[in-house]
Amino acid sequence: MAQTVLIDGNEAIARGAICAGCRAFFGYPITPQSEVGEYMSRELPKVGGVFVQSESESAAIYMLFGGVLAGERTMTSTSSPGFSLMQEGISWMAEDEMPAVIVEVMRAGPGIGTGGQQGQTDYRQITKGGGHGAYRCIVLAPYSVQESFDLIQFAFHLADKYRITVIVASDFIVARMAEMVELRTLSFEPLPEKEWALKGKSRKGGRHTIIMGGAFGHGGPQRYYPHMMEKYQQIVDSEVRYDTYKTEDAEFLLIAYGSSARMAEEVVDMARDEGIEAGLFRPITLWPFPEEAVRETACRIGKVLVVEDSPGELVEDVKFAVQGKVPVHLLGIWARHVPLGPGYWGGGSGIIYPERILEEVKKLI
Amino acid sequence: MNREAVTKEKICTAPKSKTGMPIMHCPGCHYGIIIRVICEVIDEMGIEGDVVGLTSVSCSGPWAYSFYFDSALCPHGRSPAMGTAIKRIHPDAIVFTVQGDGDLGAIGLGCFMNALLRAEKLTTILLNNGTYGMTGGQMSPTTLLGMRTTTTSEGRDYRVTGFPLHAAELVASMKGVAYSARCTVHTPANFQKAKRAVRTAFQKQIDGVGYSFVEFLSACPPIWGVSPVEALKFISEKMMAEYPLGEFKNVDSIL
Repeated sequence: MAQTVLIDGNEAIARGAICAGCRAFFGYPITPQSEVGEYMSRELPKVGGVFVQSESESAAIYMLFGGVLAGERTMTSTSSPGFSLMQEGISWMAEDEMPAVIVEVMRAGPGIGTGGQQGQTDYRQITKGGGHGAYRCIVLAPYSVQESFDLIQFAFHLADKYRITVIVASDFIVARMAEMVELRTLSFEPLPEKEWALKGKSRKGGRHTIIMGGAFGHGGPQRYYPHMMEKYQQIVDSEVRYDTYKTEDAEFLLIAYGSSARMAEEVVDMARDEGIEAGLFRPITLWPFPEEAVRETACRIGKVLVVEDSPGELVEDVKFAVQGKVPVHLLGIWARHVPLGPGYWGGGSGIIYPERILEEVKKLI
Repeated sequence: MNREAVTKEKICTAPKSKTGMPIMHCPGCHYGIIIRVICEVIDEMGIEGDVVGLTSVSCSGPWAYSFYFDSALCPHGRSPAMGTAIKRIHPDAIVFTVQGDGDLGAIGLGCFMNALLRAEKLTTILLNNGTYGMTGGQMSPTTLLGMRTTTTSEGRDYRVTGFPLHAAELVASMKGVAYSARCTVHTPANFQKAKRAVRTAFQKQIDGVGYSFVEFLSACPPIWGVSPVEALKFISEKMMAEYPLGEFKNVDSIL
């Protein structure tokens, strides 16, 4: 059995990445994920990897692009404002079908928001694409430290398997809480060599590569988009992931991801102690969204409450999935335990505690 | 004369590292000549197998199609960041960026300066034609004072837009730089000098000395509103007056 250690979500991401063969990291410090870069700066050189602290997130995303072009398993990590700065690069990498891995540790709000505290307010941006050009990225959302360690490994595999950018959507709580983690190296099906990597043609049998942009490279949008849609459909057909907790006999369904799913999971047991048969549906892939499974589960149970630390973004995908067949309720960022006050610091704090969620469940049952 | 008696000796051919892609630039544009400079140097140095060429969003973007070696079209102004990663991951590769004056001097100046600050072992080729050619002739960081463009219709006025960017001199002032030069291809003699500059720049990278940089003054006749021949005169009389040719730094160690 692999070694078990007590680490936080940020370190789990960094360790998991190295475990998955990530050998290049480019990033810019931003709360609450600077520890990922710190760990990489210390540990990557020990395994022959490359670490560069970039001058900004807009540079980091292009270093990531360059690293992926060079054929290396490459990663960057950032938080909400930095993720916004990266959107142009993500769009470009989508066009060139670059197998990049990006970690997005969400904080709250637009702009500087709360300056680095908890939030899940980037769901729409991460899942629908914040850049131009109607592209898709696979999005994986861990809800524990162990899952952070596992999903980052899976992210590198998926990126290379489909030649697509994969975003691991963490949040402040998942990133900053410490849990016991089994440092297990996951194994996946073998993948072909990256013959297209830019490294000088003498290093790949004399064949040179031209990376000219997807739409140009494929001979125009009429060819590019069908090619991409076929790939996206393959991913939708085979990579949807979700988890359920006590939904089999449930009479009330909670739907949540990331740290909110962690709270909601506890609510399931609390509710059951009080005689309410609650269950949890937790999307792990935010894209592809587990649309059919959500529809089936929600329609079977009938009463649905979405919990997210946001004004309501995941709830849109849930509503779309259930197609109006059952009512969908939302408990959002306003349900945090610290009431919104005038103070600079007080206004941003708080989280949605299980007790508050339970209160809402009782109201709706 | 008997046709059979005529000897045909090939005295000029396309560079080996240049693909058959036609040069698609405007009449009188110097970009095609500069492609030739780069490819001839790569052929002569025998480094085609090690080279990675990064082109930019500009008229030089499609050059990636012209190179018979690894190449990519990079987002606007970002090739030094992408080159940084490729070079760090493959230190034995020879990585160069080709950037326009807007790409390097405006949108990508931060990226470029930070790559210089990090003393990356890259080579950058700047194509300075004093305007945004691809978008139809707006003012660029290297537009000459007094020059009319579509965004300076009364001529560039330093009180509104500041002064032209002297990239080669700026680059030479940076500690991490091994080589910085400015050249032209508007005469055969200058073509040969330009080849020497590009060759030296690649050699500095191969020797691992530091960043190397070559700026080309390049004609853009349609945007300048002159004939290809008049454009040569414009380079020697106007452009070279503002942007003197020469080597501004050439060192064997950056320490």
